[in-house]
Amino acid sequence: MAEVTTSRPPEPAVPPTRPSRGRSWAGVAREYGAGILLVLLFAFNVAFTPNFLTVQSLVDVQLRQAAPVAIVALGMALVIAVAGIDLSVGSVMAIAGQVGALMLLAGAGPAVAVLLAVLAAAVCGLANGTLVVRFAVQPIIATLILFIAGRGIAQLLSGGQLIGFRDPSFQFLGLGRIAGIPMPVVLMAVVAAALWFVVRYTAYGRTLLATGGNPAAARLAGVRTGRVRMAAYVTCSTLAGLVGLVVIGITSASDANNVGLGVELDAIAAVAVSGTPLTGGRISVIGTLVGAVMLRLLQNTLVAQGAPREIAQIVTGVVIVIALFVQLRSR
Amino acid sequence: MSTRSLARLLQQQGALIALVALVVFGALRYGENFATGFNVQSVLADDAKYALVALGMCFVIMTGGIDLSVGSVVALGGVVAAQLSGAGLLPAMLAALAVGAAVGAVNGVLVARYRLAPFLVTLATLLVARGLALYLADARSAVADPSAGFTDFGAWRLFGVPVAFWLVAALFALGALALHSTDFGRNVLATGGNEEAARLMGLPVDRTKFAVYVLSGALAGIAGAFLAAQSASVDAAAGQGWELTAIAAVVVGGTLLTGGVGSVFGTLVGVLLLQLIFNLIVFENSRGGIQISSYWESVIRGAFLLAVVLLQVRLTRRGRTSAPA
Repeated sequence: MAEVTTSRPPEPAVPPTRPSRGRSWAGVAREYGAGILLVLLFAFNVAFTPNFLTVQSLVDVQLRQAAPVAIVALGMALVIAVAGIDLSVGSVMAIAGQVGALMLLAGAGPAVAVLLAVLAAAVCGLANGTLVVRFAVQPIIATLILFIAGRGIAQLLSGGQLIGFRDPSFQFLGLGRIAGIPMPVVLMAVVAAALWFVVRYTAYGRTLLATGGNPAAARLAGVRTGRVRMAAYVTCSTLAGLVGLVVIGITSASDANNVGLGVELDAIAAVAVSGTPLTGGRISVIGTLVGAVMLRLLQNTLVAQGAPREIAQIVTGVVIVIALFVQLRSR
Repeated sequence: MSTRSLARLLQQQGALIALVALVVFGALRYGENFATGFNVQSVLADDAKYALVALGMCFVIMTGGIDLSVGSVVALGGVVAAQLSGAGLLPAMLAALAVGAAVGAVNGVLVARYRLAPFLVTLATLLVARGLALYLADARSAVADPSAGFTDFGAWRLFGVPVAFWLVAALFALGALALHSTDFGRNVLATGGNEEAARLMGLPVDRTKFAVYVLSGALAGIAGAFLAAQSASVDAAAGQGWELTAIAAVVVGGTLLTGGVGSVFGTLVGVLLLQLIFNLIVFENSRGGIQISSYWESVIRGAFLLAVVLLQVRLTRRGRTSAPA
């Protein structure tokens, strides 16, 4: 794979050194398909959904609803870039939420609660990374272990009880606003910007793509692929933990049975529709963001137009298959 | 016995050894209550549907693929069976089977013919099948019509064992036979072992892949029908997460996720083992003394999976130097 060594062209969605053989419709669709669909959905809503084009509807509803999945999806994109997958993100969200809520109840300050919760999530990522890197367990199975056991651990932390709490400064993560923008949206923007910077301008970003594109070559070139992959899993879990805190901050209660349920599928879907293959070596931060927002807007649009939720789900599935076909044709 | 051959024995028969050990433990600790016909019957009746899903998953994994859609197909098959239950047991079962096979055929075409990634294809059909189930059930649960004898199926017994389990046992026997003594079985293992080589040898790789996804879908559909018959109504949210417990059972049973190696019998043992944990927790609690929360169930299952995976790693060190899938 020649994708490893050369510098990246200006568009972030274009893979490094793919021989440009003109722009086939499929190539364009793969790079910009999710974006084009987002624009079309946006235009449709402007025309047909009352009050769509207001700051409140756009930022407080569409972006705020998309933000938690988008943040998880950004971490997932990192893991997928090193040819991995992380099924455990939902369970990690639940664990972080439980740790955070229990710390609050135990009288710890909100800062300590957040710190310990995120630390617990990072430890989960360390466990995933150890299995994948040190023991060479396939990522699906390695993270399946924590997917199964993690929710049980989260439930055991409180004996299965819902933990309610009231702490305005902790709940700022979910309900607060900075310059009028809801906190989840702010977090999404910050995480995306940081990740974009890391991928584009740091040595880690380059070794990340090299490790995913061709691990053997990367290792020969002196990249410590194990550390790179470990860092991806830890980052993914940490971000999931943060989102767990956002979610319980919004509801002011930690429910180990439901926090993060099914989020792994939404996150993987967001990465998939952004045209990123699961085989690694590529990451598109903006594409993942666009994918997550687009899938959310697609569902909201269908529901707003009176389609039942189940139809929205079917359409999402069909969009994923179309995205896969587009990837196939553009090869 | 050298440690190496002991490790091999543990990998291949570890699940069986653990299962026997747990049954003996249960029988000694909880005495007659544990070994009663009632407990055995309820455990086996309950396990039958999980076993069906795991059997299909086992074949898919042996070709090197994966099928995430089965949990949704269970719900879809269950809803269809419940809605057609007025027509009698056989038509309802067949309809569930046909619907499941249809979803499996879509998976199969996309994976085998168009070479799309199984993980994502079946993720998409997971969403579609769940949406269809919700749509058909009108986002509620589908209630079976008891008049035509559909719901009696759950109560049928043969030699004191639920008929559902006999059927499943027969299907596993057929599956083992197909794997070891037919061209189909050889094609499955060859495809999973080395797809390129299998293609070069002229084996029908695409047809084999298509077949395993249809099989997996059909079995998940029947599992849904079992669920409908046993519980008389199917929630459209039923079967959520079954795909991952099925994968866990297959892996615990000694099948490698890389494909090419697998055990049908081991898969059945894997299902029984993972389900038995829940049963033991119930008994431990009814005995008094220490109360074990049922939340331990998933933690213990995860621990079993972890132990098995680490054991497999010890035996297949070659995976260390190659890239992860």
